[in-house]
Amino acid sequence: MGRRLLASLAALAAVVLIALLAQAPVAGQATSPAANAPAAKAGTLPRTADGKPDLQGIWTDNTLTPFERPKNLGTKEFYTEQEVADLTKRVREGQQGERIEGAELGAANPQAVRYDLELYGFDRNKLRYTSTRTSLIVGPEGVVPPMLPQARERMATRAAKLKGHEFDSYEQRSLSERCLLMGQETIPMTPAANEGNLLQIVQGPGYVTLLHEIDHSTRVIPTDGRPHLPQNIRQWQGDSVGHWEGDTLVVDTTNFTSLTAYRGSSENLHLIERFTRTADDTMIYRFTVEDPATWATPWTAEIPWKKTKGPVYEYACHEGNTMISTILRGARVADEEAAKKGK
Amino acid sequence: MRIRLRDSVIPGTTAAVFLLLAAISSAQAPSYRAPRTADGKPNLNGIWQALNAANWDLQGHAAAKGPAPLLGALFAVPPGLGVVEGGEIPYLPAAAAKKKQNQANWTTLDPEAKCYLPGVPRATYLPYPFQIVQSPQNVLMSYEYAGAVRVVNMGVATKAPADSWMGWSNGHWEGDTLVIDVTSLLDSTWFDRAGNFHSDALHVVERYTPRSADTLLYEATIEDPKVFSRPWKISMPLYRHVEKDARLLEFKCVEFAEELMYGSLRKKSSN
Repeated sequence: MGRRLLASLAALAAVVLIALLAQAPVAGQATSPAANAPAAKAGTLPRTADGKPDLQGIWTDNTLTPFERPKNLGTKEFYTEQEVADLTKRVREGQQGERIEGAELGAANPQAVRYDLELYGFDRNKLRYTSTRTSLIVGPEGVVPPMLPQARERMATRAAKLKGHEFDSYEQRSLSERCLLMGQETIPMTPAANEGNLLQIVQGPGYVTLLHEIDHSTRVIPTDGRPHLPQNIRQWQGDSVGHWEGDTLVVDTTNFTSLTAYRGSSENLHLIERFTRTADDTMIYRFTVEDPATWATPWTAEIPWKKTKGPVYEYACHEGNTMISTILRGARVADEEAAKKGK
Repeated sequence: MRIRLRDSVIPGTTAAVFLLLAAISSAQAPSYRAPRTADGKPNLNGIWQALNAANWDLQGHAAAKGPAPLLGALFAVPPGLGVVEGGEIPYLPAAAAKKKQNQANWTTLDPEAKCYLPGVPRATYLPYPFQIVQSPQNVLMSYEYAGAVRVVNMGVATKAPADSWMGWSNGHWEGDTLVIDVTSLLDSTWFDRAGNFHSDALHVVERYTPRSADTLLYEATIEDPKVFSRPWKISMPLYRHVEKDARLLEFKCVEFAEELMYGSLRKKSSN
């Protein structure tokens, strides 16, 4: 079936390829291996009234680039343009539920498929790579460094405590099920191919506001150089303060709760995010996470964001949450049945 | 009467027309003139909060015993003079009955108890601060309560893509006043803890007018022909948080509402 489809879509594939090649020079500039950090072309950058780069608008970080590099690529950090074109073609011509090495398909991943995605406006032909990187994590490794033994122990202890009690109460359910912290609103912000990843930026004097569509998660970030909150004030999304380094917005976040646990991090997670607008339709988002209680070394990922159209919808997660009560009610019914059998 | 002092209009008009517009504008606005943003608009940036008992009851009310008498005076109802112009909310008869019912059962029915998004205008006078971030294209309002947020479109008015808890906001300037037209609000929010409510036909027009360096006058006209016999209005001052490094903190209240909402489904401890 896949081959038949391939043959019948050969003409379309050629068109797609040409379109990709036409975009290639832009992608090449933004992610040149020689450049350590992205740089904006001075003079062409839109600016706000106070002379800062204007990052405003609605952005998406959807991309096919996987977070971690596929093992078979070793230390290869960048694809050639031809390789990106070939991979894109494979993705667009692929079958629903088909696994494709080197492509992060988001909701179309085999393990994630629950619906007929076409019913939800899923369009394979819109999936794209946003750079020639083989993984969003930068550097020769291209993967999250191995967790330190103490971090693995921390996670194992937590898992052991939960085991057998997963359905006892709401406290045992995941933060995303409870609408406390949805996967995609967690910072740092990481993408998938076709999830709702809209981000709206509004700038006022001395502040940059990041509004994530997912669960209307909003960070109003001061850029006046003020210090972090006192250590005893902990927040699910930490405490973000920012400053400008040249034309790059640098946001520093600490004061996370111990339960926020980004990829198993501790409450001492230190997140540094850098936002650089490199073209009218492109902003490079680069983040570094440091947590000596979890990873021996800091690690960094780089994600191109593309301008997109709104609207940003209101994502009222908790207000529509029937999941927690349904799950717990089911568990209580099961408890009752088990008790009856026991008698 | 609405007069928009659009930048593009002024250069094209004669001095006489400009003076006439300025005269009308100053006749409507209070004598205070707000500082300007770089694009010449009144600067409303800041962290603001109402200091009144409107969230307990929009209408005037005496102090009363709280819903948890065992906690003593801790959660007693504070008194308030009321913020409704003329004092009365003009309910239609059936709606007045529903309001009474709401009030009698407010601790279980009030969406605030469940940490639901507050809607407009309630977001403004909840006992939590909110921050205005102003750009030429948008005015973003970030509320500490429940992390509620809305982005007011200051360009050509647009239509809501869907109804929502916080509604759809189109704004414009009338002299020194930020006027926001809010539509497409769900019927699920309330106005206060006294059971004052509305339907999905709610239409709110808000006015934010600087009245001194650290205060705004907030007015909201409320229209809902399914619930009220005529439009009515609330007004109150909003106060700036002037403390150094003032900022919104996180009040993700979902976790405080879960026991109320899901506590009865907790596993019964054996023995």
